[in-house]
Amino acid sequence: MRSDLDLELVALTKRYGQSLAVDGIHHLFHAGSYACLLGPSGCGKSSTLRMIAGHEDVSDGAIVLGGHDIAHLPPAKRGTAMMFQNYALFPHLSVTDNVAFSLKMKGIDRDTRRRQAGEMLELVHMQHLADRLPAQLSGGQQQRVALARALITRPQVLLLDEPLSALDPFLRIRMRAELKKLQRELGITFIHVTHGQDEALALADEIVVMNNARIEQAGPAREVFNAPRTEFVARFMGGHNVIALPQGHFAIRADRIALTGSDKGRLEGRVTGIEYQGASVALTLLAAGDQEITALLPEEQYFVQPIQPGDSVGLSWDDANLHALGA
Amino acid sequence: MAALFRNRHLTGWLLASPLAAVLAFFLVLPILMIVVVSFWGATEFSIYPAFEFDNYHFLLTSPVTLQVFLNTFKYALVTWALTLGIGFAVAYFLAFHVRSQTWQIALFLLCTIPFWTSNIIRMISWIPFLGRNGLANSTLISWGVIDEPLEWLLFSDFSVILAFVHLYTLFMVVPIFNTMMRIDRSLIEAANDAGASGFQILTNVIIPLCKPGIMIGSIFVVTLVMGDFITVRFMSGSQSANVGRLISNDIALLQYPSAAATAVILLVTVLMVIGTLLRFVDIRKEL
Repeated sequence: MRSDLDLELVALTKRYGQSLAVDGIHHLFHAGSYACLLGPSGCGKSSTLRMIAGHEDVSDGAIVLGGHDIAHLPPAKRGTAMMFQNYALFPHLSVTDNVAFSLKMKGIDRDTRRRQAGEMLELVHMQHLADRLPAQLSGGQQQRVALARALITRPQVLLLDEPLSALDPFLRIRMRAELKKLQRELGITFIHVTHGQDEALALADEIVVMNNARIEQAGPAREVFNAPRTEFVARFMGGHNVIALPQGHFAIRADRIALTGSDKGRLEGRVTGIEYQGASVALTLLAAGDQEITALLPEEQYFVQPIQPGDSVGLSWDDANLHALGA
Repeated sequence: MAALFRNRHLTGWLLASPLAAVLAFFLVLPILMIVVVSFWGATEFSIYPAFEFDNYHFLLTSPVTLQVFLNTFKYALVTWALTLGIGFAVAYFLAFHVRSQTWQIALFLLCTIPFWTSNIIRMISWIPFLGRNGLANSTLISWGVIDEPLEWLLFSDFSVILAFVHLYTLFMVVPIFNTMMRIDRSLIEAANDAGASGFQILTNVIIPLCKPGIMIGSIFVVTLVMGDFITVRFMSGSQSANVGRLISNDIALLQYPSAAATAVILLVTVLMVIGTLLRFVDIRKEL
């Protein structure tokens, strides 16, 4: 189902001298979806975002939005808006003036732009601090202002560059809920760069996992988590074991592994560590061929029959939970 | 004794005292001396301690003083405007157009090369260039731009201000460059994202954020120009005067009380100028 407002990357490439930052990636972001670009640092996710925003020249390829190639337009003409990692609020301007900045640049008169900025600030619940300077705001408040400033240009696509990384863990969880809510209300596309898989899982309709300048796997959050296609994705998304069996490499979720008697399992292992995690207990095991495997047992199940480090146990699983991995 | 050292107020004062002593001895005391001497009296051949306002009365009623002060302000203002324009442009080029840090440092050092020689040598080296039969005039004549040598090139206000600009532009470049380098580059991108043109970014983002640097550079240039006497003497061929020359002439004539009074008035004037400048920008916030 395609719409006019879909954002499509076509063979998008970024080279810095000899090195490739983004290697000819193709992807279609559906209009109105919340997409996360996920990957370790240096994987090309930020370069991709900055190319979409227009802050990085495109070496090759096209970026199509609303039926036009926007790859060579200036940032403000693309229909995108960017929210920067450190928010990039103008330190010499008040909250209102920060939000109204793009209107001022367009030459809109003072009263109109103050009114519109006020509306935007109301949307992010910041109208009561409209006269403060950015330095007088907390991290979370600065982020709301940055969000209002990006949204006032009425973009079709909002680009967020690691928007939550500067916040403390508690605030991060609150802000991500708000981001999601805002995206639903506005109905525009959000493209959110992050290196945190929990953030991506919590927010994204669609996760695009990148590694080494390429897209490793893209799809709905649940699909990417439950059925990783490569070893990298399995390890990066976490919660998975990668095990080598005679038939090849497979990923299996840590909580899909069951323990049995040492000779009844499909693989034998020795317990090397036990970690109590509240709702569950994580067992680290060393299986045949020096493979390290983590098994996540429900807490009550573990304490019925506690296991000690050094014990030998058997590991079993349902074949339906195995996912064959590509290279 | 140990209890005394544990007293935080006492240790605080002790730690501050070396610098306070140095400043008191080398800064406060000399200024006080000048203030005291400015009330002394003088005859053609002697100086005597007194407390009289003759020096100030003479200074503040003399038309020469007013003229000289106005001339000093003129030099300060014109030099300030020119160094600001050139300094901002150079700093902008270095900070925003030169991408590689190596080149930035190299070009910045290039700016400081004139400072490898003394002020006076840099000043005097203009003389053969600007003189009646100097390089400038002979080149212009050989190109046919002018028929006879330009008289105003040397020993004129033009040459004084030229020397000032040459000497002090760097004092403008350095602080402005410094504040520019501290502008977060993502602010420029954010302005770009909001649709600002290059000129709008300059006036709405860069200049407001450079204000502290501009202010510090302005204070340097204004105080240096207002306190100068040697540049004016050499470059005007002793045909123009500023307050510094007034003082230096008094000293040459051993009229210390009069020189001291002029110095006090100059000091007060410069402090007032700086006080006015500081009203516009809170530099302490930026340092």
